[in-house]
Amino acid sequence: MSRLWSFLTATRGRDRLHWTDWVSYGYLIFGVLLMFGPVVWLVLSSFKSPNELDRFPPRFLPYAQETLEIEGFDSPLLAFIVTEGELTGEVVGQTRRAAGRAEVVLPADPETRIRIPADTLAPIEDVAFATENYTSLFERFNFLQFFWNSTFITVMATALMLLVNSMAAFVLSKYEFRGRTAVLLLVIGTLMIPQTVVLVPLFLIVTEMGMFNSLWGVIIPGAATPTGVFLLRQYMITIPDEILDAARMDKASEWKIFWRIIVPLSAPAIAVLAILAIMWRWNDFLWPLIVLTRTENFTLQLALNSFQGELQTDWPSLLAMTVLTLLPIACVFMFLQKYIATGIASTGGK
Amino acid sequence: MARVELKNVKKSYGVAEVIKGIDLDIAHGEFCVFVGPSGCGKSTLLRMISGLEPITGGDIRIGDEVVNRVPAADRGLAMVFQSYALYPHMSVRQNLSFGLENINTPRAEIERKVGEVAKMLQIDMLLDRRPKDLSGGQRQRVAIGRAVVREPKVFLFDEPLSNLDAELRVEMRGEIVALHRRLQNSMIYVTHDQVEAMTMADKIAVLRLGRLEQFGRPLDLYNRPDNLFVAGFIGSPKMNFIRGRVSGSDRTVMELETGERLTLPETGFAQQPGEAVTLGIRPNQLRAGEDGPITLEVATIEQLGGDSYLYGKLRNGTGITLHLAGQTSVRIGEVIAITPEIEAVHLFDSETERSLRLA
Repeated sequence: MSRLWSFLTATRGRDRLHWTDWVSYGYLIFGVLLMFGPVVWLVLSSFKSPNELDRFPPRFLPYAQETLEIEGFDSPLLAFIVTEGELTGEVVGQTRRAAGRAEVVLPADPETRIRIPADTLAPIEDVAFATENYTSLFERFNFLQFFWNSTFITVMATALMLLVNSMAAFVLSKYEFRGRTAVLLLVIGTLMIPQTVVLVPLFLIVTEMGMFNSLWGVIIPGAATPTGVFLLRQYMITIPDEILDAARMDKASEWKIFWRIIVPLSAPAIAVLAILAIMWRWNDFLWPLIVLTRTENFTLQLALNSFQGELQTDWPSLLAMTVLTLLPIACVFMFLQKYIATGIASTGGK
Repeated sequence: MARVELKNVKKSYGVAEVIKGIDLDIAHGEFCVFVGPSGCGKSTLLRMISGLEPITGGDIRIGDEVVNRVPAADRGLAMVFQSYALYPHMSVRQNLSFGLENINTPRAEIERKVGEVAKMLQIDMLLDRRPKDLSGGQRQRVAIGRAVVREPKVFLFDEPLSNLDAELRVEMRGEIVALHRRLQNSMIYVTHDQVEAMTMADKIAVLRLGRLEQFGRPLDLYNRPDNLFVAGFIGSPKMNFIRGRVSGSDRTVMELETGERLTLPETGFAQQPGEAVTLGIRPNQLRAGEDGPITLEVATIEQLGGDSYLYGKLRNGTGITLHLAGQTSVRIGEVIAITPEIEAVHLFDSETERSLRLA
């Protein structure tokens, strides 16, 4: 902890701050605000009540107006403080409000209803987290179903993709055969074709194969990615051929060479690809949107989209679900980001 | 019995022919060394025998079987690679047992064999370490152990000592020879170092540019080289070559390019009067003195205490090395006379570069 602190407070100047300290810390703080500002805003907003969300100008923290339990009234009354007139400084409960006039009662005297101008009332507010935004996700929507769909697609697609890509990369990096360069160029060539271009043909194929409205329809088309093949191939090239020759002399089958030699030795690159694949699949929106039309098949991203109607948007649910959707990927990133950095450095850089 | 026989073996990559038809016969239990300068095809030839490199022509026979189409795994060979090629993610124990696991050896059997081999090679205390935690010499032992543990018919070594420092190399050289003596297997060993070849081999195959220059016992190669290349390659320091022509009137007289005249042996060589020849003489078979047929201007002297080496030039600029036992009083810049020992000279045809020695 002290090391972390001394790292975070490192300066160039010994006693006073050097001008570069100002610049670098200023830049870093700006960066933190730029990166984290929206996320923090999102998280705080997800705890705001619908009224608070509609409020203009918006406020940073979620507030909720306090209410008063007053005898003789079935439901709690909104609490206000009076700013002008006889009752200045008194806390009152509002019973009605119409045409600029408000009808209020004093908690001590619930029988007497007093009418005063509405603009002399200031609401009593306190920081309050509207956790019902979250609980309602589970009550009103089938959040767990969406979550399961997303998880299933992410896990299966990642596993399948790693298998297919590493086998392809093994072949393209370690076997000499006629047309190898052509195949490689083809793979790299597809990198240049945006997904949107092949969307319609892909959709037709998926429909013909009967995978429309099935989670497999999302999983299988993404099983082979040129990026993954290329990334792994570049890494596998660096594994010395002599090790494979040694394994062949050791009577290992090619399949065994792949599992026992190539896969363990490519672990850093495979880890990078796994992280990337998890992020791609989890955040994927366009393709699932096309293939999955029934609500019970929706992924989290699709469910989020469905909160946003043409006429009305369910902001509290949308925000709360966005936070829940971000959490797993943020965790993956937090724990594995050092592998991403080292892995990409050792695969792409070579 | 694991005799290895090559018949007119060829290899080409496209139009480039790298192995141009090699015939070899390595008897069972023989330690055969392939030696040659880099690019001569010796490693390729070894890989062709191993089966890792397909051949484009000829036959390879191991034991009684032609193995041209047999994959590397089924030829019953084991190979030690130049880079050791240990599996970096496996412990030494796993490295040794990987090959045995692949042929479905029972667990207990694997344990026993790995234990034996590890003990023999003194790596038994390293069994749980990873290759990256081993020194070069230890890695080398593990690589040899991995080959030994499978009890192959023939061992193949591809420049296994080239990554070790000089001291360790000498030590490992001795160990490999001792291993060969103990196992009594055939071994084929590739190196570019003729000292390794001379000290370890039962038979040496000298290769150049994909051709077999000579195949024979080390001292035969040293004493009776077939051609200029083998003469120059085997032996350290290198043999001296002096170019000239046999006198038109007397075949026992050689007229050197420097204008000097030298006596040639009357028998033993098939030199013809007037033929362009190259005389080869090893540095330790030249005598230095006041009188002699050839004059040499000394350019450099190396005094090692027990031996001295003189490096000089003939009148026409040909470099000559001279080995003297003990210490010498000759100084740089001095002109001395040298005499080749007549019974030790080699004579080659200057054009074909073949030895003129009569069988």
